[in-house]
Amino acid sequence: MKKKLTPYERVKIARDAKRPGSDDYIDALFEDFFEIHGDRAYSDDPAVICGIARFGNVPVSIAAICKGHTIEERVKRNFGMAQPDGYRKFLRCLAQAVKFHRPVITFIDTPGAYPGKSAEERGQGHAIAECLYQMSAAPIPIISIVIGEGGSGGALALAVADRLIMHENAVLSVLSPEGFASILWKDPSRVAEASDVMKLTAADLLEYKIADYVIPEPDSDASKAPELMINRTGELIRQELRELTAISAAQLLSNRYRKYRLIGALEGSVCVG
Amino acid sequence: MLNPFAERKLKLNLLKSLRRGGRKIVAAPKYITCPGCKADFERSALQSVMYVCPRCGFHLQYPARERLEKLLDAGTFTEQFPNLTARDVLGFPGYPKKISEAASKTGLSEACFCASGSIGGHNAVCAAIDISFMMGSMGTAVGEKITLSAELAASSRLPLIIFSAGGGARMQEGIFSLMQMVKTSAAIRRFSDGGGLFISYITHPTTGGITASFASLGDITLAEPGALFGFAGPRVIEQTIGEKLPEGFQRSEFQLEHGFVDAIVSRAESRAALTSLLSLHT
Repeated sequence: MKKKLTPYERVKIARDAKRPGSDDYIDALFEDFFEIHGDRAYSDDPAVICGIARFGNVPVSIAAICKGHTIEERVKRNFGMAQPDGYRKFLRCLAQAVKFHRPVITFIDTPGAYPGKSAEERGQGHAIAECLYQMSAAPIPIISIVIGEGGSGGALALAVADRLIMHENAVLSVLSPEGFASILWKDPSRVAEASDVMKLTAADLLEYKIADYVIPEPDSDASKAPELMINRTGELIRQELRELTAISAAQLLSNRYRKYRLIGALEGSVCVG
Repeated sequence: MLNPFAERKLKLNLLKSLRRGGRKIVAAPKYITCPGCKADFERSALQSVMYVCPRCGFHLQYPARERLEKLLDAGTFTEQFPNLTARDVLGFPGYPKKISEAASKTGLSEACFCASGSIGGHNAVCAAIDISFMMGSMGTAVGEKITLSAELAASSRLPLIIFSAGGGARMQEGIFSLMQMVKTSAAIRRFSDGGGLFISYITHPTTGGITASFASLGDITLAEPGALFGFAGPRVIEQTIGEKLPEGFQRSEFQLEHGFVDAIVSRAESRAALTSLLSLHT
């Protein structure tokens, strides 16, 4: 019998640099990938990868927040912490998907949006808000997969989806357990305890109906069999895409609105469908 | 003893506290110190000038209910969704007690206060976040009240005005708190697609998930003078970059210069400015 992992052990696995990254999934699952660069306003943010590719024989738009594996890659991609330029590049990608009726598939692996001076000067909050605003009403199917770390608003900006898929050890949380412990208890060393109470694991989010599917990891660690993980992910995307493309755009948007509208809806409040 | 009066005062205080039976008396302080110029004012004196320092013009914290009561035309004020309160969605240790303490301290049921009425004769739906209720953090109740306000404005075809504030997510509601960013943004989107006018009015301090959702989605964005308006808090940024931030970083004036605010409007001018904007959209 396998020993059950604690939430903090899962947090550590989710952050493991040996885990297959967003770039690995893009390379393995799609053909004819053409990467687009830049937000047409300021710069190209390497933390966010966007492009067009073929999935099976369907053209799709792809967007991903990517950490990189080696230290050089990680520095180049700012450890997966996106600038506003990265989120605005994604907005370009999303607008094109709407224009050309392409489904959007996003991969998420980020500790959070970059909390630096430059990011604030260029409107980090505004960039993320705009992503939520546009994704909530984009009349094309959206599938998001949290493959590792899903840190706060910076992750959410690419995760407003018709289907939210999480890998078994992926986490999605309001902020890092370290940040949580230091804000609430003024003690960042209580990170394991924070991971417990935050309910940030894939299993928790599935139970809360925030995640739609959890993909099990071989030996509870995706880095032990990356190919198997890639296949399982591809299989689920194929299945969900088939289902979502059969739904009318109006129905898709109505379902999407309802899904988020019901999260934390309180007794006595009227829900508009 | 250098100061003979100090010793006498100590004894006197001790006697006083014994007479009270050691009971601590908690009451709202009668005097408020202006953070801008450090002058002390009686609460009632500040109340009559909308909590703007008469000496230096500093905009002090403005209780949400008082703000909307004062803003809306006399006799038109109706509170909306008054009984919505947070639920302990995660079963978080100590959270229910924290909510009831905040409620009894502020007299509010949650950090977001909503009302409808008219401003200079123009009907509108308004919401304001009160930072004295758990730092104005956005949990499910705040997310729900903002969403309901947008839906009410949409169904009654009225403009929506939100006075934003708050430090971001309600930690004790974890992921449910984070998802309110999507819920509120989606509601604003629907309202906007229906042709509704949304005026986002930024007050001090507005950060985190509130900045990264509805507060940044106004057709028009106004800000009170000196209000902090950003995503990451100044301390987090300083830790990230390892240097001190310049004076005024992320404040309204900075955000006006960087293109994220349309106008800085003081409290004294707010009614006239909103009336004028509403009249341009009728």
